Amino acid sequence: MPKIYDILIIGGGPAGLSAGLYASRSRLSVLVIEKGKFGGQATTTAELENYPGSIENCTGPALTERMKKQAEDFGTEFVKDEVQSVDFSGDIKVVNCLRETYQGKAVIIATGANPKPGGFKNEQNLRGKGVSYCAVCDADFFEGLDVAVVGGGDSAITEAIYLTKFAETVTVIHRRDALRAVKSLQEKAFKNPKIKFIWNSTVEEAKGDEILESLVLKNKITGELSELPVNGVFVFVGLIPITEVFEGKVTLDDKGYIPTDEEMRTNVPGVFAAGDVRVKTLRQVITASADGAIAATAAEKYINEKFNK
Amino acid sequence: MLEVNKENFETEVKNYTEKPVFVDFWGDKCEVCKQLMPDVHKLEEKYGDKIKFCSLNTSSNRRLAIGERVLGLPTMIMYKNGEKAEVLTPDKISSIADVEEMVKKFI
Ligand SMILES: Cc1cc2nc3c(=O)[nH]c(=O)nc-3n(C[C@H](O)[C@H](O)[C@H](O)COP(=O)(O)OP(=O)(O)OC[C@H]3O[C@@H](n4cnc5c(N)ncnc54)[C@H](O)[C@@H]3O)c2cc1C
Repeated sequence: MPKIYDILIIGGGPAGLSAGLYASRSRLSVLVIEKGKFGGQATTTAELENYPGSIENCTGPALTERMKKQAEDFGTEFVKDEVQSVDFSGDIKVVNCLRETYQGKAVIIATGANPKPGGFKNEQNLRGKGVSYCAVCDADFFEGLDVAVVGGGDSAITEAIYLTKFAETVTVIHRRDALRAVKSLQEKAFKNPKIKFIWNSTVEEAKGDEILESLVLKNKITGELSELPVNGVFVFVGLIPITEVFEGKVTLDDKGYIPTDEEMRTNVPGVFAAGDVRVKTLRQVITASADGAIAATAAEKYINEKFNK
Repeated sequence: MLEVNKENFETEVKNYTEKPVFVDFWGDKCEVCKQLMPDVHKLEEKYGDKIKFCSLNTSSNRRLAIGERVLGLPTMIMYKNGEKAEVLTPDKISSIADVEEMVKKFI
């Protein structure tokens, strides 16, 4: 008989790690299944200055490494595997991965999100050849070169500032005439001599033979097209939830996010969701961690009521 | 895994014809790359007799990487007789399974 875990957590980002910590601290048996990188999206940022208490060494990788260690110390188990399908119909939930099948009394979905593509021509062809969604991963390549950042939110502006440590110039291309990022970030960006702005514009096309050479921009007001020579472009225009595996298994909203109640319960008893994958207004490390804590606690309550009567 | 760099890339990859050569392009700040590395080592244990496994730190070999048209991490390239036979750009690597699938085509 294969082991039946109390809780299977799908995804090892901040939400999954925090859920693991809370559940194992309650002495539940927990397995966190992660396909790529423990730490999730948070490992792709070097400037995590808004996680409370995270003042020294506040890079995403450092913070999430500590989260993982903390969960591990309480007994959370971790496995590298990719969830491919799930069966939530029985009392015991079944999670089929590439290498193994796992069973649990409850499941917490914490699969997070992927960056949303900018939607311009040639974007896919030039991925990894100048088109990037991770400044921390790829900034090194652009030492002394010119790059662009697409977007005007917190992520875009944080990463634009980070990129100035490497690139010669960083041009922020934003479709509106004002940034959406918090004021303190805006102030920093406007003061930075390496950052330039192109307002009311969208990227239409990435040009380049084998590597990116320039971007074709369109001014949304005048309709005018122009070309901006750059070696790299970093796209931060939003997210796409990772929920394909759960289609038809739990209710999703029209964008693919999972609706839950305040206790992170999905429409299926015993199945919870936490973090960026959930319908919510603020997608950050702190809210993902909070979700994870709540989901673990709610799952514990569910298990006690359902199985330990 | 053989660490290749600007000094030995020509000999070990470009001019090597005995077996296909797999190169794992990684970097000091690339978390995904570092988390994939142990699994790439396992692939080497499994397929090392048919494929030569190398890794290249792009942080210290930037020009070389860009010369190979690598500007994003992780990137995995299979070379055959010194020519690029297949390239996995970061978007095509969701887990080690994607890398193994590519490697298996060359055994
Ligand atoms: C560039 C950037 C900068 C950011 N800056 C900040 C910041 O300064 N402050 C802040 O608070 N937040 C920041 N964020 C947001 C923050 O990183 C996210 O809100 C947080 O990581 C969400 O955590 P999560 O656990 O819900 O999801 P994720 O971090 O997305 O983790 C989900 C994990 O699930 C895994 N997974 C998905 N599908 C499967 C599957 N089928 N099988 C197994 N595993 C799977 C993924 O590989 C991933 O590791 C930033 C995000 C980005 C992209």
